Amino acid sequence: MIFFENFKIALKAIFSNKMRSILTTIGIIIGVGAVVGVVAIVQGLSHMISQELQGVGATYIIVFPEHDPNNPEFSGKDIRITMEDAREIEKYASAVEYLTPIIWRAGYIHSQGRKWSGFYIGVNENYPYIVNHYVEKGRFITKEDIEGRKKVAVIGRTLVKELKLSPDPIGKEVVVQGNPLTVVGVMEKKGQMFGNDQDSVLILPYTTAQVIFGEISSRQMRLDIKAKSPEVAELAKEQIREVLRKTHKIPEGKPEDFRIMLQEEILSTVSKILGSITLVVAAVVGISLLVGGVGIMNIMLVSVTERTKEIGLRKAVGARKKDILIQFLIEAVTLSLVGGVIGIGFGFLLGMGGAKLIPNFPSAHVPLWAIGLALSFAGAVGVFFGIYPAYKASSLHPIEALRYE
Amino acid sequence: MEAEIILMEEVHKVYRTGSTEVNALDGINLKVCEGEFLAIMGPSGSGKSTLMNIIGCLDVPTSGKYFLKGKEIEKMGDEELAYIRNREIGFVFQNFNLLSRTDALSNVELPLIYAKIPKKERRERAFEALKKVGIEGRAKHMPSELSGGEQQRVAIARALVTNPSIILADEPTGNLDTKSSEDIMAIFDKLNSEGNTIILVTHEPDIAKHAKRLVRLRDGKIIEDKLQ
Repeated sequence: MIFFENFKIALKAIFSNKMRSILTTIGIIIGVGAVVGVVAIVQGLSHMISQELQGVGATYIIVFPEHDPNNPEFSGKDIRITMEDAREIEKYASAVEYLTPIIWRAGYIHSQGRKWSGFYIGVNENYPYIVNHYVEKGRFITKEDIEGRKKVAVIGRTLVKELKLSPDPIGKEVVVQGNPLTVVGVMEKKGQMFGNDQDSVLILPYTTAQVIFGEISSRQMRLDIKAKSPEVAELAKEQIREVLRKTHKIPEGKPEDFRIMLQEEILSTVSKILGSITLVVAAVVGISLLVGGVGIMNIMLVSVTERTKEIGLRKAVGARKKDILIQFLIEAVTLSLVGGVIGIGFGFLLGMGGAKLIPNFPSAHVPLWAIGLALSFAGAVGVFFGIYPAYKASSLHPIEALRYE
Repeated sequence: MEAEIILMEEVHKVYRTGSTEVNALDGINLKVCEGEFLAIMGPSGSGKSTLMNIIGCLDVPTSGKYFLKGKEIEKMGDEELAYIRNREIGFVFQNFNLLSRTDALSNVELPLIYAKIPKKERRERAFEALKKVGIEGRAKHMPSELSGGEQQRVAIARALVTNPSIILADEPTGNLDTKSSEDIMAIFDKLNSEGNTIILVTHEPDIAKHAKRLVRLRDGKIIEDKLQ
């Protein structure tokens, strides 16, 4: 009951000094706002990435060249994954079901005087089965397209819309770096990821891509692979490693110049990166909360001095030390919690705004734990920095407090 | 014989400022019974405020014994003193000491909050106390909207609300004009006639006249103690 009364007293004190209270809590507002905003963006990202990767399944494996500039073994060497590697894997890695080379580039796609910024992926006929992304209209790229380096393309829905290829884009012509390609199919809708519209995609035979984009594209080539089942994914990885060590002629005990990652490993790598971003932000936020806390302590000390007489009176009419202590502690905690609540609102807007600023970023995602964490942190700051002023108030001698002018 | 409320035996209070010692109270012996109306007078520095503070349990004596309703005060800690102040003492101050952002009724309620009285009963008792001092019509007014006399009445209601054993008034008319002072003293007279024990500190003879017993202090000693 005393607790509830104290809470009312605290709110009254805070609201009767609105401007001062707001200025005091700015540190907390910024701190909590930053937590919520960054968590919103980071969580939005990781949510999306894991959904995307869950979509391709636990059988998904990628193989890419290891460009480690710090490793003298590799410096100056031409490190790449070749089609020869791919053929050897197909031949000897029995746990592998499908394999496609991936040549990925970003750029403009032109058609009938219009242009749209998207990306190109050079693949083979297995691509849809590996990434679980299929054609919804027309056909996908075939073996013949690849062998004949045919100038054909399968495009995403956004391209169909933006390049005004409706209603029937099949047979229409699109231009990539001056090379006309014939649209043979349209991919089903996929949505957005990493700030990219996944439907601004143009898929073409990897052989055609090598011709259009030249030597550099082969150097950046990676392999996307599907294992026969999730159970043999690990085995497939080992088989691929064995094959590549042989084709790359890597002696026993020497490091590999390639990397193989399972879906799980990609997920954990991504979350590791996002985790360290979160950690850095947490440190910044910690400092901001510290500054905010000092602000609260400062204003509480002022408040105690200002209300010395009130404290004396309360003691004269029967308040115990602990009643005064609790009153001022609750005031400090309420002050920082009010800052926390405003901060959450502010962080939410920050997250939304941040997501809007990054083109095509889907949506910020604020998990409940972040709100809980931010609030309990703000509360803890209130207690930590409020205890000294509250103690000071409670130890005032009633006579001296009453006499204070 | 009426019941003893206050019994002081050889009470001393020594203040230390640096190396000098000041005997604010120098062997006070005082007995106050239920229903008395006592005025304490004396020049400034005579120790009347110190005596007041000790009677009100805001301070404890350096030596000597002080019994309030038979309980030995000088041995009590903060918690017990707070309890005594809450239940046995009602303070009235020269400068009213009302909480400025709180209306009259809530000001009167304050001691009851610390007495852990439930809200509904608190409101009722606070309103009753305001009625007793004739200011229930101003229950919802803020102190800044009340005249000095009205503020002091609210303060008296606050002192009354816990039904204390003693009402302690420290220069209650010191900040008031003559008319308001008369009104306030009329309230004290009435309260005393209803059986309340009142101790008043003042330096104004006109005000002291209302009391039935007069105690004069000088240099920390009682130099006169008479009925009037």
